[in-house]
Amino acid sequence: MDLQTLGQLLNTTLVFSTALIFAALGGIFSERSGVVNIGLEGLMMFGAFAAAVGGYYAQDAGMGAWAPWVGMLCAMAVGVLGSLIHAVASITFKADQTISGTVINFLAAGSTLYMVKLLFEGAGETPLIDGFKKIKIPGLSEIPVIGEGIFNSYPTTYLVIVLVIVIYFILFKTPFGLRLRAVGEHPSAADTLGVNVKRMRYIGVMLSGLLAGLGGATITLTTTGTFAHNTISGQGFIAIAAMIFGKWNPLGAFGAAVFFGFSQAIRNYVQLFDWSSSIPQEFIFMIPYVLTIIVLVSAVGRSSAPKALGEPYDPGKR
Amino acid sequence: MSAAAPVVELKQITKRFPGIVANDSISLTLNKGEILALLGENGAGKSTLMNIVFGLYQPDEGSIEINGKPVIIDSPNKAIELGIGMVHQHFKLVEPFTVTENIVLGMEPKKGVKIDYKSAAEQVRKLSEQYGLQVNPNARIHDISVGMQQRVEIMKTLYRGADILIFDEPTAVLTPQEITELMAIMKRLVAEGKSIILITHKLKEIMEISDRVTIIRRGKVIDTVQTAGTNPNELAEKMVGRGVTFKVDKQAPQVRETVLKLNNVNSKSKEGVNLLNGLSFEVKAGEILGIAGVDGNGQSELIQAITGLRKIDSGSITVSGHEIANLPPRKISELNVSHIPEDRHKHGLVLDFSVSENMVLETYYKKPYTKNGFLQREVIDRYAEKMVAAFDVRTPSIENKARSLSGGNQQKAIIAREIDKDPVLLIAAQPTRGLDVGAIEFVQKQLIAQRDQGKAVLLISFELDEIMNVSDRIAVIYEGQIVGEVYPQDTNDQELGLMMAGSLKRGGNAGA
Amino acid sequence: MHRLKKIFATDSYIVPIVAVIMGFIVGAIVMLIGGYDPIAAYSSLFQRVFGSSYDFGEAIREMTPLMFTGLAVAFAFRSGMFNIGADGQVLIGMTAASLVGIKLSGMPTYLLVPLAVIAAGLAGGLWAGFAGYLKAKRGINEVITTIMLNWIALYLSNYIVKNFLLLEGQNRSVDNPASMSMTFLASAFDNARIHWGTVLALAAATFFYLYLWKTKQGYEMRAVGFNPHAAEYAGMNVGRNVVKAMFISGVFAGLAGAGEVLGVFHYQSIFAASPGYGFDGIAVALLGLTHPFGVILAAILYGMLTYGSAGMSFGADVPPELIRIVIGSIIFFIAAQGIVRWVLKPFYFKRKKEKVS
Repeated sequence: MDLQTLGQLLNTTLVFSTALIFAALGGIFSERSGVVNIGLEGLMMFGAFAAAVGGYYAQDAGMGAWAPWVGMLCAMAVGVLGSLIHAVASITFKADQTISGTVINFLAAGSTLYMVKLLFEGAGETPLIDGFKKIKIPGLSEIPVIGEGIFNSYPTTYLVIVLVIVIYFILFKTPFGLRLRAVGEHPSAADTLGVNVKRMRYIGVMLSGLLAGLGGATITLTTTGTFAHNTISGQGFIAIAAMIFGKWNPLGAFGAAVFFGFSQAIRNYVQLFDWSSSIPQEFIFMIPYVLTIIVLVSAVGRSSAPKALGEPYDPGKR
Repeated sequence: MSAAAPVVELKQITKRFPGIVANDSISLTLNKGEILALLGENGAGKSTLMNIVFGLYQPDEGSIEINGKPVIIDSPNKAIELGIGMVHQHFKLVEPFTVTENIVLGMEPKKGVKIDYKSAAEQVRKLSEQYGLQVNPNARIHDISVGMQQRVEIMKTLYRGADILIFDEPTAVLTPQEITELMAIMKRLVAEGKSIILITHKLKEIMEISDRVTIIRRGKVIDTVQTAGTNPNELAEKMVGRGVTFKVDKQAPQVRETVLKLNNVNSKSKEGVNLLNGLSFEVKAGEILGIAGVDGNGQSELIQAITGLRKIDSGSITVSGHEIANLPPRKISELNVSHIPEDRHKHGLVLDFSVSENMVLETYYKKPYTKNGFLQREVIDRYAEKMVAAFDVRTPSIENKARSLSGGNQQKAIIAREIDKDPVLLIAAQPTRGLDVGAIEFVQKQLIAQRDQGKAVLLISFELDEIMNVSDRIAVIYEGQIVGEVYPQDTNDQELGLMMAGSLKRGGNAGA
Repeated sequence: MHRLKKIFATDSYIVPIVAVIMGFIVGAIVMLIGGYDPIAAYSSLFQRVFGSSYDFGEAIREMTPLMFTGLAVAFAFRSGMFNIGADGQVLIGMTAASLVGIKLSGMPTYLLVPLAVIAAGLAGGLWAGFAGYLKAKRGINEVITTIMLNWIALYLSNYIVKNFLLLEGQNRSVDNPASMSMTFLASAFDNARIHWGTVLALAAATFFYLYLWKTKQGYEMRAVGFNPHAAEYAGMNVGRNVVKAMFISGVFAGLAGAGEVLGVFHYQSIFAASPGYGFDGIAVALLGLTHPFGVILAAILYGMLTYGSAGMSFGADVPPELIRIVIGSIIFFIAAQGIVRWVLKPFYFKRKKEKVS
């Protein structure tokens, strides 16, 4: 494999990873506050849909290069709205968090396609839009391999890399992060110190909606250009895996998501090798999933989950 | 007392929960600079009342005045604002966080948008000097001792500028020496102008430190008295509502052959820490051996090793001569070993099973409860009815979920199940924790009755009084080792306390 | 009879019924917002299901795999686990049924069909049991392993179909001679694809009930599901129960695969993406309150709604995806029972008042 291909492989890896990183970061906010979020898949769907629709109308209105950014804003808004359903059910009404996350997945699958048909006269997918263009960073993009690999990416990729660092900082260096983590570990300790547990959890879940929405938007605005029933197809669940794999830490989740992105990207490149023809492509497709299980088996994973994860907080409990 | 308004005045507070009235028109006052003891049994409504003062519950009726002004305390935040701080019985500490992080949580000093950890640690250090509270600001909670955890809890309230401190059963998990230390801290706090409400059911502490005592029973205030003008017997009678003898009636033990024998038992944690460290002792038929010790010195691991829930690395454990080390729990249970677990909710019962189903939790697979792989519901129900009647388990029916029973009745159900197995060895871990006086008496009598029938009884308890009253012989555990074996009649709290803290060894194998 | 009275006296049955009604109302509101006629839509939905004997038969066909996957998810739930991987287990079941049916086609039918069905159940069971094993032995969250196993199952099945069973030039396997179709009912249902899988599903629900509540092993499994710590203290082998529960759950899912391949399609397709049986199963299990008979009722409702949704789009021009909103809302209301109770409160209040007067 020559250097140029290597750079391209890295670039494709980041394209695939970006959506996963967004969603996994979202998952971290929710689960660090103590709310299981199996609804990331649905939240990504909401985001992808909103980005496709918002982007389309913005493009139609002649906003040109700004149109995808409008799509991003729409995705954030719809993602947050979708996550509110989860928040209301699981935090206010103390529903089982796994179940209410599943509800999100259902409602998202139903309502987005319903809306698509409603808005576009029965069509199965949204009209194709231009989406984001890759941006070359002057100077840096001339560096061999990583110049092509990293510094010639979509704006979403740059954004998510910045976010990983920012969110790490927020979680571990700011009062907000300390409180959020306290609520996920020991809600009644936080409560007795005047931290509003429900409010922190609402914020955690809503941030997960916002970020997962951006993750979904990334897919429509950089990869597919449209939203259809199979636009997300399991990416939300992979993001959950990345979050657990990364031990609920933004840096860890980033690494895990890049790993999953890499194994999706490698599919397109593996044909370049002679030996690849002797391996059935299905087995190559399986690699990331098999590897995940192997890594989980060899690493100890469980202990780092937030302690109060999945438990509704009930201060009146006797 | 000065003529100024009391710092706290509760007026006719009533709080109902489904099925019970936890607080029934309770009134009390706390004056500035005093220690008021709130005395009552488990379940009398003390904690509910204090949770109301701290804003965790809302009263259904009644009002609260702080420094003479009526207030509504609708959240802990409001309570903190009013200068109220609470030291909870079950520490409310975030384990993976540091001492400093736990103290500043919710009121973090900031530098820009960041938490200013430097100044936070500095403030913690200052507070610890001012009040003589030894803590290490950068240690993580799961690495520090119980005593230090409690000091962190106290500092959390002081950091928030609390003037009114509520201590909820603060001595439950401390050694006698740590208790002495805590008393000194409380005196110092009062001297610095703080006012304290001490919730407890321990008369000794009340007599030692409080200025006045308010006694509540079944949600009602029975009386408020000056400590100087009362005595423990009077207080006990008011608390329980009848005369109480603190001595448990029992005959001298008829000790026979050795039933349980541990010899040089070692067990390490996953991280390689020695949890059981060359542990040896014996329990004979017809005696109660009490294991005294501070929580976390290997008691849980010891029970787990004997019951087959933990693998040991070396040593031997025998029951009636059979080697049982590292056997699966069921094999050991089938050698007639019964076990009343320390955490009845987590380990003793399946709370979502009916009382009836819980009665056969260890025997369900045997005849006559199971035939050809099918459960015999009627046989099980009949058996459960019999047990519920024999042990006076109060439940509307055997079909009710175990969850719906009171703590005392849950414990009775477990004891019924374990004693009916007719064991050769009965292991009782914290068998009276959280129970009221009546239930405690019942449980202790059952243990002694088992001993009198020639069973070997191993009692593990953090309550020194219980160890002293019930055991025939006492072994003290410290850091996974037996550091002393004594007879209750030749020792006292102070000596046991020193052994529990690891600073005194005595007796070697007193009973062997 | 006395028992029956007791059942209807408890409000645990009122909540799901009200939740279903509220779900339909939400659907109606969404339709109104979209400018559709909800009454026309719902009536054409039910017309589609009950309109002809063929459609009714096909609706039953639609319900069958839902019963199986619903039971699969519910069984795991009862034992304290979330089997999100019924989808993969269905696929593996299909593949096993295809392999046996096609590769051993020389056998007489009365042997071949049971063998293919057993293979499907066993394969699904082992696939899920593996996730159970990883949980029991290594403490790995079954949610993540079963998600991973779904993808592996998808590619593995496609690989097997492509390399060993392929119908030349098509995107599917050759025809499978093992057939579970109930041909004697073909005329009654106008050639709808009715098959023995439905009967098997009802049997599976009965087994589920008897096993879990009447046997020693079921008692253990429920104890482990409610409180693994107490189960361990009582001498039960928690790990073995976890594996066993996942295995049985997987068997149910595998049988769904057998029904689809041997009863409906008579061949196996190469799937581009996960067919989604397992995710429907989650909804059915939750809808049925994870009780086997509840699951059957829920599968009937769910099957009717999804099958009828095509009629809805035909008769009232409503996008069939609407039905997912209805189902999602129903589960939402069941999960957040507080909302339903809140809605019901005035009625309860009134009833109590009437009693007093």
